[in-house]
Amino acid sequence: MDLFLNQILAGIATGAIYACMALAVVMIYQAIDHLNFAQGEMAMFSTFVAWQLMQWGVPYWGAFVLTLAFSFAGGVIIERVLFKPLGNAPVLTHVAGFIALFAIINSVAGLTWDFTIKQFPSPFGSSPFLGSQLISTHQAGMIGVTIVLLILLFLFFQYTRIGLAMRAAASQPESARLVGINTSWMIALGWGMAAAIGSIAGMLIAPVVFLEPNMMGGVLIYGFAAAVLGGLSSPFGAVVGGFLVGVFENLAGTYIPGVGNELKLPIALALIVTVLVVKPTGLFGRTIVKRV
Amino acid sequence: MLTLSAAALTLASPALAEGVVSERADRVIRIGNLMPYSGPASAYSIVGRIEQAYFKMINDQGGINGRRVEFISYDDAYNPAKAVEQVRKLVERDQVLLVFSAMGTPTNAAIQKYLNLKQVPQLFAASGATRFGDPQAFPWTMGWQPPYQSEGRVYAKFILATRPQGRIAVLYQNDDLGRDLLKGLKDGLGDKAAMIALEESYEVAEPSADNHIARLKASGADVFVSITTPKFAAQSIKAAAALDWHPLYVQALVAASIAAVLRPAGLDASQGLVSAAYNKDASDPQWRDDAGMQRFHAFLDGYAPDVDRGDNSVAYGYGAAQCLVEVLRRAGDDLSRANIMKQAASLQGYAPDTLLPGITVNTAADDFHPIEQLRMMRFSGDHWELFGPVIDGKLRD
Repeated sequence: MDLFLNQILAGIATGAIYACMALAVVMIYQAIDHLNFAQGEMAMFSTFVAWQLMQWGVPYWGAFVLTLAFSFAGGVIIERVLFKPLGNAPVLTHVAGFIALFAIINSVAGLTWDFTIKQFPSPFGSSPFLGSQLISTHQAGMIGVTIVLLILLFLFFQYTRIGLAMRAAASQPESARLVGINTSWMIALGWGMAAAIGSIAGMLIAPVVFLEPNMMGGVLIYGFAAAVLGGLSSPFGAVVGGFLVGVFENLAGTYIPGVGNELKLPIALALIVTVLVVKPTGLFGRTIVKRV
Repeated sequence: MLTLSAAALTLASPALAEGVVSERADRVIRIGNLMPYSGPASAYSIVGRIEQAYFKMINDQGGINGRRVEFISYDDAYNPAKAVEQVRKLVERDQVLLVFSAMGTPTNAAIQKYLNLKQVPQLFAASGATRFGDPQAFPWTMGWQPPYQSEGRVYAKFILATRPQGRIAVLYQNDDLGRDLLKGLKDGLGDKAAMIALEESYEVAEPSADNHIARLKASGADVFVSITTPKFAAQSIKAAAALDWHPLYVQALVAASIAAVLRPAGLDASQGLVSAAYNKDASDPQWRDDAGMQRFHAFLDGYAPDVDRGDNSVAYGYGAAQCLVEVLRRAGDDLSRANIMKQAASLQGYAPDTLLPGITVNTAADDFHPIEQLRMMRFSGDHWELFGPVIDGKLRD
C-alpha cells in the first residue's frame, strides 16, 4: 500500500512535467488547429536563453520575464516569417515545416551551448515538500504554476475580447473575418502565447531533467499523449491528462510485470492510439460538429 | 567534412600513380580515424585532436623506425551510416594501413564487419563494448579501454569484499553499455548473483530517471549500481539524495566526470560515490612527480597547450596513441596488416604513461582486451580519491 501511494505521488510529480508541456501543445492547437512538432525544441531553446541570461548575471525572475518576452516575440516572428506564407498550403507542408524547425533549433542550440548537461536553478528549491520525500518543493511549485497558468488561460479565453477573438479565429475563421477580426494576427498571437507557455514549461522542467538540447524529446511525446487524452481543445483536459499519464505510466511500470522497463514509452504511444480510436475528442474535448 | 591532415587532399589528386603510392608507403604510415567532430557526441572529438597532436610530436622526433605518421581523421557525427561511408573512403581512397581509435560503440559496430572482410586492422576501437574483443569472430578488431564487462566484474569483487551481505539495486541503460556491464556484474557475483534485489532498465528517450530511483529505493537495497550515461547519472544522484536514500553508490565510469555529471548533480549529493579508474587524473596533484605524467604535461605544453587537462578524454587519447606507436615500433619493417595485428596481440605488461601504476596493457592471440584492470575511487570533497588495490576484471578465467 505504501509503495502504491508512493508511486501515485511520484507519478503526479512526473505528471506535472507532462501537464506543463501539454498546456503548450493545446495552446498552439487552439490557434492553428495542428500540433507543432517543434514545440519542445522551442521551449528548450527558450530555456537555454534563460540559462544564458543567468550566466550573464541576470537574477532568476529578471531572466524569467525576459525569456517570456523573448519567446513570445520569437513565436510571433516564426509565424510571420515561416508559416504565414504557408497559410494555404496543405497540412503536409506544415508538418515538413515543423520538422525542419525542430532540426534547426536543436542543432543551433547544440552548436551554441554544446550537448553537455547544464544545471538549471529552481525558484522553489528542492527540499522535500510537506515532509514527503517523493515530491520536492520544486515539483509542488511546478504543479502550482501549472494550475495558475490554467486559470489565467481560462479567464483569458472566456472573458477577454482578444481571447474570444482568438477562439473565433481558430474555430470559425470565415465568420470571424466577417465580424472584423484580424484572423491572421490572431494566429501569430497564438504562436507567441504558445511559445511563451512553452518557455515556462521548459524553465520548470529543466531543474528536474537537466538542461541539454535533447531534453524535450521524450517530454514532448508524453505531452502529446496527455493533450490527446485530455482533449486537444481543452486546456483543463490537457493538465488532467498530464497527471493521468504520469500516474498511469508509473503504476503500469510497477505492477504490470515485464512492462515496466522496456515499454514505458510505448505505453504513452499506445495511449494516444487508444484514445484516438475510442474517444477522438479526448476526455474533456468538445465534439466538433460540421455541417455538410 | 573535417580533415585533420593535408594528406587526404594530396592523395585525391589523380596524377598520383599507383607506383608512387607504394613507394611513399615505404616512408609513410597512413592511419585512418573517425571522430564525432559534429553532433551530440562532439565533446569526445578531443580524443582525435590529441591523437593528431601526439603523432605530430612523434614525427618531429623522427617518426617510427624512420617513417612518418599520417593521421587522417574524418567526421562521422557519431552516425553509424556515415561511419561506414567514411571508413570506405579511408580504406579505398586514402589506402590507410589501419583504422585506429574510431570513437563510439554504434559507429565501431557499424564498420566492424567491413574492416574484417577487408582484413584491415580496427585497432583500439574507442568503446568499452565487449564485442570489440572477440578474436574468433573478428580477428581484425581490438578495443583498448577496459571492457564494460570487466568493469562490472571489478564492481562485483568490490561489493563482495565490502558488503558481502548486501542487497544490490541496479539501474542500467538498455543498450550495449548497460547490458554488458550488468552481465559483468552478475558473472563477477557468480553464485551470489541473488544479491541483486532489483534491476531496472531505462531508455535514453525517457525524460527522467526519478521514478526508477523511487522503485529502487523501495526494494530496500543498500548497494546501488548506476550504469548510466551523464544525464541519467546526474538525475539519479540528485533523485537519490532528494529521496534521502544513501546506499553504497557505485557509478559506472562512463559518467564519473566531475564537470559533466557530479557538478550539475550537486557536489553535496555526490559525496561518497564510488567508481573505478584506469587512467591517472591529470588534475590530481599526487602525480606531480610521476615521470609518465611529466611527459604527458610536456607533450601538452608543446603540442596542445589550450586543452582542458582535467578532461578524461585527453589522457585517453594520449594513452591510446602511445600504445599504437608502441605496436608500430615493434612491427619494425614488416608493416603488413597481419603483422600489425600480431604485434597488437602480443603486448605483455606494457604501461603507457597515463595508466595508473600497476595497470598494464596485456594481449594475446586469444585475448583482445588490452586493459582489464581498474582501481576503485571514492568521491570526497571536490575530487576522486583512489583507494584499495588494483582489481583484475579479466574476462577469461
